[in-house]
Amino acid sequence: MDQILGNLGLLFEFPVVNLKIIIDGVMIGALFALAAYGLALVWGVMNVKNLAQGDFVIAGGYIAWWLTGLGVYPLLGVPLAFVLMWGLGWIIYKLVIARVIERDLFTSLLATFGIAIMMAQLLNLLFGSDTQSVNLGFETLFFFDGFVDVPIAKLIGVCMAAVLATCVIVFMKYSRMGQAIRATAQDARAARVLGIDTEKVYAFTFSLNAAICGAAGAIIVMVWVIQPFYGITYAIRAFVIVTAAGLGNLPGVIAAGLGIGALEQYGSHIFGIGYQQAIAVLLLLLVLVFRMIQQRRSRQVLK
Amino acid sequence: MLNTRTKLGILGALAGSLLFTGQSQAADCEPLVLGSAISLTGKYATNGVHAQNGYEFAIQKLDEAGGVKIGDKCYNFKVTYYDDESKGDRGATLAERLISQDKVQYMLGPYSSGLTKAIAPVTEKYKIPMVEAEGASRSLFNKGYKYLFAVLSTSEQYLASAVTLAAEMAEKEGKTASDVKIAIAVENDPFSLDIRAGVLEDAEKYGMQVVIDEKLPRDLSDMSAILTKVKLLKPDVLVVSGHSKGAATAVRQIGEMKISVPMVAITHCEAADVTGNFGEFANDILCSTQWAETLTYEDELFGTAANYETEFKAAYPEYAEKTVPYQVAQASAAVYVFADAFQRAGTLDKEAVRQAIAETELSTFYGDIKFSEAGNNIAKPMVLRQIQDGKYNVVAPSAFASHELNWPRK
Repeated sequence: MDQILGNLGLLFEFPVVNLKIIIDGVMIGALFALAAYGLALVWGVMNVKNLAQGDFVIAGGYIAWWLTGLGVYPLLGVPLAFVLMWGLGWIIYKLVIARVIERDLFTSLLATFGIAIMMAQLLNLLFGSDTQSVNLGFETLFFFDGFVDVPIAKLIGVCMAAVLATCVIVFMKYSRMGQAIRATAQDARAARVLGIDTEKVYAFTFSLNAAICGAAGAIIVMVWVIQPFYGITYAIRAFVIVTAAGLGNLPGVIAAGLGIGALEQYGSHIFGIGYQQAIAVLLLLLVLVFRMIQQRRSRQVLK
Repeated sequence: MLNTRTKLGILGALAGSLLFTGQSQAADCEPLVLGSAISLTGKYATNGVHAQNGYEFAIQKLDEAGGVKIGDKCYNFKVTYYDDESKGDRGATLAERLISQDKVQYMLGPYSSGLTKAIAPVTEKYKIPMVEAEGASRSLFNKGYKYLFAVLSTSEQYLASAVTLAAEMAEKEGKTASDVKIAIAVENDPFSLDIRAGVLEDAEKYGMQVVIDEKLPRDLSDMSAILTKVKLLKPDVLVVSGHSKGAATAVRQIGEMKISVPMVAITHCEAADVTGNFGEFANDILCSTQWAETLTYEDELFGTAANYETEFKAAYPEYAEKTVPYQVAQASAAVYVFADAFQRAGTLDKEAVRQAIAETELSTFYGDIKFSEAGNNIAKPMVLRQIQDGKYNVVAPSAFASHELNWPRK
């Protein structure tokens, strides 16, 4: 308790720390938002809740790390991970997801849970269970007497995330495939009647999701560290964010991603870093309770 | 046709027997089976494999030296391994299986304190002697186990010497030891909590102030929240323990955020390969280790610590590029303890072997080994090394130190 009060005191004693916490939170939140956006896509279009989301992220990270080891310039790892994970996503779709997509919720949950376990273990066998990271060797920028630090690597990572998110948004809005995806999300049967090959749309969506996650992972490996069993961290955040923002609400996903990043940083500053994950889960709980109350109101209207 | 074949057969047999007599007597020894549940997959896989390699290397050395002489017979150790997937319940099940189905009478330990904690009650129940090399938690040694022996130093000693070192430095500066402020960030697992307890105990002894005392989450990838507090509160010592991910995260972010604490002490530097991954960020960081190849220990089987390292690298080329982790060395030491105890006991009777292990007084390449009543090794100190220009140099305890401490760290 004393420690919590002490930590709160620090926030007031050194107001600039608030800025630092928010900047850190927004930077990590941007990457959460990417993974969450992919999840919202798959969830919304195919009604598959992909529990392997985090493992896609980690796999992308390992691809980038492995390529760097082969002598590829680290920043190129991001597009390459995007492409390779696209391929992997397509294979997984054809092998597993295509078979469970018409089944009930639990079948697809179980299937993606299985994929998550398989991927974590495969990564472990391929790359070992050590934590890995890619060091770009860039400088760190300091502001406010060194209290606020922004490593250039992180800044580049966030910018890449922003560029990727923008590209995806533009693509969804204006391209033919993007329109087909949105149409399928709204009503798959009607889309099929109107001549959209939904099977193709599903495969495309799932691959796109894997690719987005892969790129996010490639950024994460440059900024933080990865380990084969870290996937769950990103999966949990992605679920919290999508639940909070709702499906098909893109600005909401981004806002929720940045928000959860910042709130987690505040929480870990005040209560201790050990409670970081607990704070994410607590937020999920609050969101669910809030949604339930909201829905009760709308049900009353329906009566 | 048949004739030629017979001739060839005879020739082959002759050549074979020549080869065998040429090699050594080891081939005539009977196998003696030890059991081990070890983490070959899951989160401890890297270190689990280190331990397995250490066991196998020692067994190979024993074979080459003519096997283990027990009474007037000779034996070659052979280990039955099962993969515990880094999970405690799995480890306990596998120990049961080794003992009741495979009829294993002697056990080598698993990797990590958690797994050892899960397996020890089983070996205890069946009265199977277990020599373990990878479980350092002190909670293993206050349960009254009679069949559990550990060759390594217990975990509360891991970073406690850093506190002593900080006190020495403060006094050199003309300050008192009680002026020293300490920041602690450890993972919430038995091993790291012991480290914390050891540091707190010593800090209290010197009257030092603990300004940060936080637990790291299990899936840690960002500790900037703690490091920001370090910037604000300016401690003199920062202690971090969170296995290899803790080491990697700490070194990376301390470097990125330019945290300047006079002394930073962490565990698992080698496992995280902080020098290889983060280059100069790792400079002047103190790393605790059970063992270092530069120490002046030696024995008959492995020679000096340095010799152990050379021979191990020759046998396992995948280690050629890095420092041999202490997890390997202590696993070899555990096998050595078994060999020594068997030879002194002169029988395969497990009670006699247990007694012989308990009476062990051995100087090895890994350090002296002598077990307390509780089964932990009380003869070997922990070593602190400092990363100086990318090299691990021993700086404490002073009796074995090969280099001066760089202090304060910039």
